[in-house]
Amino acid sequence: MEEGDAVDVGIRSQESAVTAPVQRPVQASERAVIHLEKVHKVYHMGDIEVHALRGVSVGIQRGEFVAIMGPSGSGKSTMMNIIGCLDRPSKGHYFLEGVDVSTVNKSGLADIRNQKVGFVFQSFNLVPRTSALENVELPLIYAGVGAKERLRRAKEALADVGLSDRERNMPNQLSGGQQQRVALARALVNNPSLILADEPTGALDTRTSTEVMEIFQRLNEERSMTIVIVTHEPDIAQYAKRIIQFRDGRIHQDVAVDNRKNASKVLQQLPVEVEDEDE
Amino acid sequence: MNFIAILKVAGRALGRNKLRTALTMLGITIGVGAVIVLVSIGQGAQAMVLDQISSMGSNMMYVMPGNLNFGGAALGAGAANSLTDEDVAAMEREIGTIRAASPVVNASGQLVFGNQNWFVRMQGTNQRFPEIRSWRVEQGDFFTDSDVRSAARVIVLGKSVAEKLFPGVDPIGETIRVRNLPFRVVGVLSAKGQSMVGQDQDDTAVIPYTTAQRKLLGQQIPSINQAMVSSISQEATGVTQRQITELLRQRHKIGPGESDDFMVRNMTDAAATFTQLTTIMTLLLGSIAAISLVVGGIGIMNIMLVSVTERTREIGIRMAVGARPNYVRLQFLTESIVLSLMGGVIGILIGGAIAALVSNRLGWPTLVSGLSVLVSFAFATVIGIFFGYYPAHKAAALDPIEALRYE
Repeated sequence: MEEGDAVDVGIRSQESAVTAPVQRPVQASERAVIHLEKVHKVYHMGDIEVHALRGVSVGIQRGEFVAIMGPSGSGKSTMMNIIGCLDRPSKGHYFLEGVDVSTVNKSGLADIRNQKVGFVFQSFNLVPRTSALENVELPLIYAGVGAKERLRRAKEALADVGLSDRERNMPNQLSGGQQQRVALARALVNNPSLILADEPTGALDTRTSTEVMEIFQRLNEERSMTIVIVTHEPDIAQYAKRIIQFRDGRIHQDVAVDNRKNASKVLQQLPVEVEDEDE
Repeated sequence: MNFIAILKVAGRALGRNKLRTALTMLGITIGVGAVIVLVSIGQGAQAMVLDQISSMGSNMMYVMPGNLNFGGAALGAGAANSLTDEDVAAMEREIGTIRAASPVVNASGQLVFGNQNWFVRMQGTNQRFPEIRSWRVEQGDFFTDSDVRSAARVIVLGKSVAEKLFPGVDPIGETIRVRNLPFRVVGVLSAKGQSMVGQDQDDTAVIPYTTAQRKLLGQQIPSINQAMVSSISQEATGVTQRQITELLRQRHKIGPGESDDFMVRNMTDAAATFTQLTTIMTLLLGSIAAISLVVGGIGIMNIMLVSVTERTREIGIRMAVGARPNYVRLQFLTESIVLSLMGGVIGILIGGAIAALVSNRLGWPTLVSGLSVLVSFAFATVIGIFFGYYPAHKAAALDPIEALRYE
């Protein structure tokens, strides 16, 4: 549970000698997709107050590919929930495409998630007993898109992740990698400003992980989509352009990736398996 | 929002666990079925009573001579000879809301034909009898105006009497003896069956009232037992009753403050009482059945709560990709309504079948009315909304972060 992780934060932050956080100067520029201003998040667990975020300020521009890293309890999950509009800051402001979402109500947040955020989760989170195509259609249904247009766009998104031949399959008839790609198609289908992935490769083996990262990189390059992934695997973070390290509810480090890995090249070097899902 | 999409998801959710869905529906099916069966029995009884009442005559009233005080002793209703055939003629002539009126003179006696005989309570009336009692002549004709004026010895037999006296013989034109006087049979009335109190209404015969007065009873001063009056409509019976009272008080020279020497009995009042009685019965039966409907609704609520818990993660996913809380609420509400409506439709079908079976096998009259179907349908919907609301609200109030983590 989030609260459990966050308790450590309070205890640890007292003693650990914080290395001077390397933070970029934040500018609320026009191009910023994400802009956080002194964001705090406090959870109440009975009488205990848990300070999960302690004044985070950061900006992420259009077309960036950011990996958020940090030990468990560092506040990265809370950060992710706030960026994804699943939660609101206790204090401070969060601007998504210039709109302050700190004070939006539940329905409003749902609409913002629907229009501007595409989620990819560690455990895929596809609706069970519902075909791949229908899973991808889901955000469009809530966006009020007509049936015909919905079908066209869902098919297109599935084709983008290379699953045109799996439209009618149920999630339990798909491999982990395929399920994650369906989830990716679902995240893409409403053309969001931001794709937010929480440990997207956590449940996948090396090869399928690389395949998924390849899709992320391709979307980032070809469509200059803004991508934020939360991961604890340094390997995976190396596919991003920028890494933000969290520690004790604060940004500990924010650096550009030097030796950025190219997923498609890595894939070529990987030994070819017999039952290859990716053609 | 897309209602087809909502229905599709609802259908899939209900189809996932068919046994559970069927059992939950069964609760509503039994409730609605019971409402349909019991209300149809109640309404059947009501229809039968109304039928009986209308068989007494159309918008009928009886006017009876009143009480006679004889040396301080009240001799009771009908004792006075205060009502005459002129009174009846005046009523018909002067009161616009009267369609037809006839004096009634009661006579009884042994009817004999060949070696058959039968004791009959006869009614002496004028030629308007079939119209007033809405009683068709099945064979032959009713006697005429001139028969009444000439006090002709003609008789119209009730169905039962005709069957007793003329087994296998056509009675029309035959002569029978009534108290040893020859009467010509001119007609036979259609069968009317039992009255509400179980009397055979067809065990009767009708003769001109003049004949009864002069030939059978040999009255020196002709008198009548009562008058029967048919009003032009049911609504007009009240007015007719008041006008009769007014007219008769005037004709009998009754001053203000003095009591009437006659009584008007409005059969519509009796009808209203009986209708009220059967309505109460129907409501009582219906509400007993409605209790089982409520129990069925609780079953729906129970299952919907289970469903919300089971699908917590799915709810979280839907919320994450942009389902508003209201949409989630509507989704679950739709599921409970679909559940109760399907149960309701099956209940209506089964209830209708059982009602048909009851009237077939037990001979009870039943009536499955459009209204009772509509009401059960509406009831099932309301149950679905009422008992589905809390689970749906619970689903809508879920926090997407918590819901996504739910295992």
